[in-house]
Amino acid sequence: MQAGDLAIILPEIVLSIFAMAGLLAGAYGGRDRLGPAMIWTTSALFAVLAAWIGLQGTGAATAFGGMFTDDAFARFAKVTILLSAAAVLLMGEGYMARSDLIRFEYPLLIALAAVGMMVMVSASDLMALYMGLELQSLSLYVVAALRRDSVRSTEAGLKYFVLGALSSGLLLFGASLVYGFAGTTGFAGIFEAVQGRTPVGLLIGLSLVIAGLAFKVSAAPFHMWTPDVYEGAPTPVTAFFATAPKIAAMALLARVVHDAFGGVVGDWQQILAALSVASMFLGAVAAIGQRNIKRLMAYSSIAHMGFALMGLTAGTVAGVEAMLIYLVIYVTMNVGTFAFILSMERDGSPVVEISALSLYSRRSPTRALAMLVLLFSLAGVPPLVGFFAKYSVLLAAVDAGLAWLAVLGVIASVIGAFYYIRIVYIMYFGDEESELDAGGSTVLAGFLVVSAAMMLFGLWNLAGIEGPAAAAAATLVR
Amino acid sequence: MLLDSLLSIITFVPLIGAAILALFLRGDDAPARRNAKCVALAATSTSLLASLILLATFDPEETGFQFVEEGEWILGLTYKMGVDGLSVLFVMLTTFLMPITILACWDVTHRVKEYMISFLVLETLMLGVFCALDLVLFYLFFEGGLIPMFLIIGIWGGKDRIYAAFKFFLYTFLGSVLMLVAMIAMYVDAGTADIVALLGHNFGSETMEILGFQVLGGFQTLLWLAFFASFAVKMPMWPVHTWLPDAHVQAPTAGSVILAAILLKMGGYGFLRFSIPMFPVASSLLADFVLWLSAVAIVYTSLVALMQEDVKKLIAYSSVAHMGFVTAGIFSANQQGVDGAIFQMLSHGFISGALFLCVGVVYDRMHTREIAAYGGLVNRMPIYAAVFMLFTMANVGLPGTSGFVGEFLTLVGMFQANTWVCAVAATGVILSAAYALWLYRRVVMGELVKESLRSITDMNRREQAIFAPLVVMTILLGVYPSLVTDIVGPSVGALLEGYGEAVAQYGGSTRLALHGGH
Repeated sequence: MQAGDLAIILPEIVLSIFAMAGLLAGAYGGRDRLGPAMIWTTSALFAVLAAWIGLQGTGAATAFGGMFTDDAFARFAKVTILLSAAAVLLMGEGYMARSDLIRFEYPLLIALAAVGMMVMVSASDLMALYMGLELQSLSLYVVAALRRDSVRSTEAGLKYFVLGALSSGLLLFGASLVYGFAGTTGFAGIFEAVQGRTPVGLLIGLSLVIAGLAFKVSAAPFHMWTPDVYEGAPTPVTAFFATAPKIAAMALLARVVHDAFGGVVGDWQQILAALSVASMFLGAVAAIGQRNIKRLMAYSSIAHMGFALMGLTAGTVAGVEAMLIYLVIYVTMNVGTFAFILSMERDGSPVVEISALSLYSRRSPTRALAMLVLLFSLAGVPPLVGFFAKYSVLLAAVDAGLAWLAVLGVIASVIGAFYYIRIVYIMYFGDEESELDAGGSTVLAGFLVVSAAMMLFGLWNLAGIEGPAAAAAATLVR
Repeated sequence: MLLDSLLSIITFVPLIGAAILALFLRGDDAPARRNAKCVALAATSTSLLASLILLATFDPEETGFQFVEEGEWILGLTYKMGVDGLSVLFVMLTTFLMPITILACWDVTHRVKEYMISFLVLETLMLGVFCALDLVLFYLFFEGGLIPMFLIIGIWGGKDRIYAAFKFFLYTFLGSVLMLVAMIAMYVDAGTADIVALLGHNFGSETMEILGFQVLGGFQTLLWLAFFASFAVKMPMWPVHTWLPDAHVQAPTAGSVILAAILLKMGGYGFLRFSIPMFPVASSLLADFVLWLSAVAIVYTSLVALMQEDVKKLIAYSSVAHMGFVTAGIFSANQQGVDGAIFQMLSHGFISGALFLCVGVVYDRMHTREIAAYGGLVNRMPIYAAVFMLFTMANVGLPGTSGFVGEFLTLVGMFQANTWVCAVAATGVILSAAYALWLYRRVVMGELVKESLRSITDMNRREQAIFAPLVVMTILLGVYPSLVTDIVGPSVGALLEGYGEAVAQYGGSTRLALHGGH
């Protein structure tokens, strides 16, 4: 180990030390009284780290004998993860305080999960991959069950834990097969080993690794945990699940298939295509019957991951770029949507029934309008930015000769449009006026409006993410 | 300088109006409502004035694109706008009808600000469709119009508005997404999304085998079908027209006007802009298919219109029939047919818009659209009866009105392309006289026997002012059709020249291939 290695992972080290110090401070100091301050500090630290990573140079470096890579792709993913995590933490503060859930562990667990995610997107070795993934997952299992006195929340945590452990098992088994046939755990070594020939055992290993990661991105048919966990976890935690971990897992998947298995695109393309189609259709169809907006968002996220996978399926630079653009836009929309869901309250207690929104546009026109923009954007209706997310992955798919996948994708998006505009219908065409509270926190309203405004004004230049996304994709695909 | 970005000004002035309303107008009292309408009227009128400059400086002899603006945009796309003889009059139609539409909803009191914003956003999107010269930009405007229209039907519509709004949205959305995939395939094939460049690109027309089927015209046919799915729904053509009667009946008067007068024309414009020039081989292979669909549409929907009991539904079905003339004219692929199709679209814009406004006038007074609830209106409403008479006759295609020119030209075109289709379509003219005159008799003529109609009042000044420009345009175009044909003629000529060449070349190459095979 050298000083240079440490310099490369300095952001991760800083965040880890912060989390440890926070734990000590919490344990010996003010306990839960420190909660709100801890949330603000963690958010601020996330933002600072994001700026730091984002403003670093353009080069690529590896550390710890090739276990850890710091390149444009990793930086792009880390910035997105940290910024979304910061936003979601801030949004949840008020909700946590009101439902008496403020514990100083919450922001610290999120910080540890963030460290895990940063390691995941930088991993260039199966060992590092697993370390990062487990650090992230273990932290998330705990926050899912944060509401200790609620059966739902505990059930969500347990379910997440059991299925997550299963997926980790699959992943490990796959990794061991890959190691057995390739003779190395480093991605670069695997890349060399599988040039041109893929033994059956290696193929099985690859499939199992992808299956394990599909659990994490909640792609169908490995999505079963998602609706229950989304519903059971406290809403701020759900908002977190829907954003940062999705980026991390997708980025990790992209890294594994391109960095390690970039030589055998044809082998994993079919698997990803199947996952993509299944997710898009399951997400679109199963969401129609939902009455609970958190469950609906769970299926929505499954469908969106299907689209992001479509970009990855293309197996090209354009495909990875499209996937990254898709993820950023998806996360931005979800931050706004969850800001809205967090502000759904009646007499001060949270509401998750979609029917409660009946004629909400009367009660709170601005917020209803912002939500309208977000919903149409989620549905991928032009001229909103959500359309360009879909457009870019469709373009990548057609360009890679997967026109059939694009056709299936757009059909799924029409089915999916139904449930998004159903919410618009309830908010705007309903019969009786909503009984939700009209006021609410300005922080949430701010996130909601900013997110919606980005869906409109992003039309101008996509908020400048196109260049960095292209650079990130170019470093990943060889 | 101003002329350089004239199209952007025309297109985005309404959007700026909408932004002003959204950001600066507060409250929902009478003055606020009035201000909202005034801002909307000012924005649409500004757009109209700017478009008059466009028309005055437009050079009809030039067949290429004029007033072209181009700028970098996202994801390798360009922001490119421009008009030619095919599109400039649709821009005019839109800007001309919007102030009338705003005036027509002057009495609305329910959420006026949002109503005006929806219409202004819709105008921007509609104008963008006719000006866009980039595939994705076109799609953006084309599909974006769904959002405001969905809200207009859903919030301000009639009793079954929710069903109608969803049907409208999902039907047209499904039609269009396939077009999106086709557009992407074109982009990948040609390496550009620039419509001007694509017009000069040859898409492959070699026979392909897909799932064991021989597909004549190959790639072009596939693209053509995907575009057809979108435009046929939008037109709408039989048998995918079923969303239209529902949407029309439930939409508020102003929404119906826009829907019939402008939104339907996007389909016809799309055929002219994309299907015919970009996929000439596929268009010629499938021309008979479209001609027969159109003939069926004309006869079938005219018959359906005869039996309607709801005034708006009747006019909606009549719109479908008239759009049948348009598609048949376009796919006749000769000068008269295509000129006639464009003429018919413009004329139908004025006539159907006016007819829906006529329904709106009595609906505002009686709050029913049942034909049976009316009768003998001429006794109380002489001016209304005269106006309604004029537009009924124009709808029938009486010589001297614009409706005649459009139908006559398209029939001439059809006769050259496929005489049998022309024969069937011509019976539609008779049927249209039957349903339109019968409607007029039941609503306006006869004794005034209904008690509820005894106190009905004639059109007021505002309503007369709304109809005046429509009356003028209908008669003006009827007696002096060169106003339109002089502008569209050269562009249509150029379009058909390229089409003819491509088809002849394909015919030559297939013959060659057949001979080579022997």
